[in-house]
Amino acid sequence: MAKITFITQDDENIVLEADSGSVMALAVENGVSGIDGDCGGVCSCATCHVHVNPDHVNQTGEASEIEKDMLELDDNANEYSRLCCQIEISEKLDGLILTVAN
Amino acid sequence: MSDMQTLNGNCIIIGASHAGVNAAFALRKEGWQGAITVFDTDPTLPYHRPPLSKAYLTSDDGIEKNLLKAEQSYEKNQISLSLGIKITSIDRKKQLIHCDDGEQHSYNKLIIATGARPFIPPIKGIDSAHQLYPLRTAEDVNHIRQAMLSSSNKRVVIIGGGYIGLETAASLKKMGANVTVLERESRILARVTAPIMSDYFQQLHHEHGVEVFTAKDVTSIETKDDSNTVICADGSHYPADIIIVGVGIRVNTELALEAGLDIENGIKVDNAARTNDKDIYAIGDCSFHHNPHYNRLIRLESVQNAVDQAKVAAASICGKDVTYDTLPWFWSDQYDVKLQMVGLSSGYTKVVIRKETDDERKFSVWYFYHERLLSVDTINHAKAYVVGTKLIKSGAVIDQNKLADSRITLHPDNLI
Repeated sequence: MAKITFITQDDENIVLEADSGSVMALAVENGVSGIDGDCGGVCSCATCHVHVNPDHVNQTGEASEIEKDMLELDDNANEYSRLCCQIEISEKLDGLILTVAN
Repeated sequence: MSDMQTLNGNCIIIGASHAGVNAAFALRKEGWQGAITVFDTDPTLPYHRPPLSKAYLTSDDGIEKNLLKAEQSYEKNQISLSLGIKITSIDRKKQLIHCDDGEQHSYNKLIIATGARPFIPPIKGIDSAHQLYPLRTAEDVNHIRQAMLSSSNKRVVIIGGGYIGLETAASLKKMGANVTVLERESRILARVTAPIMSDYFQQLHHEHGVEVFTAKDVTSIETKDDSNTVICADGSHYPADIIIVGVGIRVNTELALEAGLDIENGIKVDNAARTNDKDIYAIGDCSFHHNPHYNRLIRLESVQNAVDQAKVAAASICGKDVTYDTLPWFWSDQYDVKLQMVGLSSGYTKVVIRKETDDERKFSVWYFYHERLLSVDTINHAKAYVVGTKLIKSGAVIDQNKLADSRITLHPDNLI
């Protein structure tokens, strides 16, 4: 079981627990504001953009090439950006803190 | 009408797919305090449609893995779902809708998000064909999965080489079917892409063992016991245990038409998704609307259009002055290939093809009307997709020679 904290643009802290599935699906299931997942999780819409807490990048790994490309011209993107439909939940993510980018 | 009355009125939404469901949630976000009820004939909790022909078809997941919103999200946002119910008429004078369960409900604001249904062409023998399905709903896919499980030969003929047909072909091939695609036009995706894209996808399917035949006008289907034969005008015929029909859609405009709303190629709406009745909006696949990027009236079948128009309608209902001006975008996944498209290519006079020398799996096709960039189709190339998006939005004139030169890094600043 991994405990994941989402910090929204309204500074709401939402703590969720799960053991599988994508981080995007977890956020959408629980109505995390700013994570829409319009494409259903196939890295096509960039509506699940988060910033990984810099101390936790070793847990999530780096963004893949397609994520980086999708976010390249996004003003909110930085080196900690991920499209969270591409982050699979496992125990490794326990304690992860994500800031919702939009 | 005062704002308070607006905020406390009833909003009824007809259609609980991407457009209708997103409108309901957007209304809450915009501050609508009154009741929101979403109706649909489909009894299933609202789900994502794009995966139906892709990951959902090839998986054995239940639809609960593909829901647009979790069930508790509707409760949390006080959105009522009335599923498995058909709306039979709209009474605009009394502001009522009538349902097939005999109930009627009053509305202050009504959103029509009725979408479209598969077109079943009038082919001789189509009504008595064995295991013949369209692909639009979760139930359609459940039937197709079941047919695949029960078929020993798994010979599938797909009528129609559009996105639905091609995605379904790729998925069924992955599931072990022997797949043939029959397209009536002289090339696949003829209506929406340049010839190079048609050739690319035809070759891609060929490499995966799916034969795509073009200029095949299906004239009849003969069915004996559990086996069909699909017969074309040129005399060719193809055996099929399962037939998938993907030849386009018919827009669900009947309710709006009977209610006296303006209809053209869909339900005609203004730039805030409002029909000619100020209390009735129409969004998603069924709406015929103006696109300011191309300065013409269009109807779009896409998730992007459904979601973005839903947000505009919700904001307008809540009293905001909004204009729907999103640049259209689409995607399709077939085998391990990702196609992303932005803009509308219709009316193009020239295409520029950019091939990347560092990765031969990537290329992009840029559609121009003379100097003006209209749209971009990208294969495995998200960077070209975002650069294209930025350039179309900016309206900048692009140096087409630089664009075609893969030694020049793809970035908006390098191309103008």
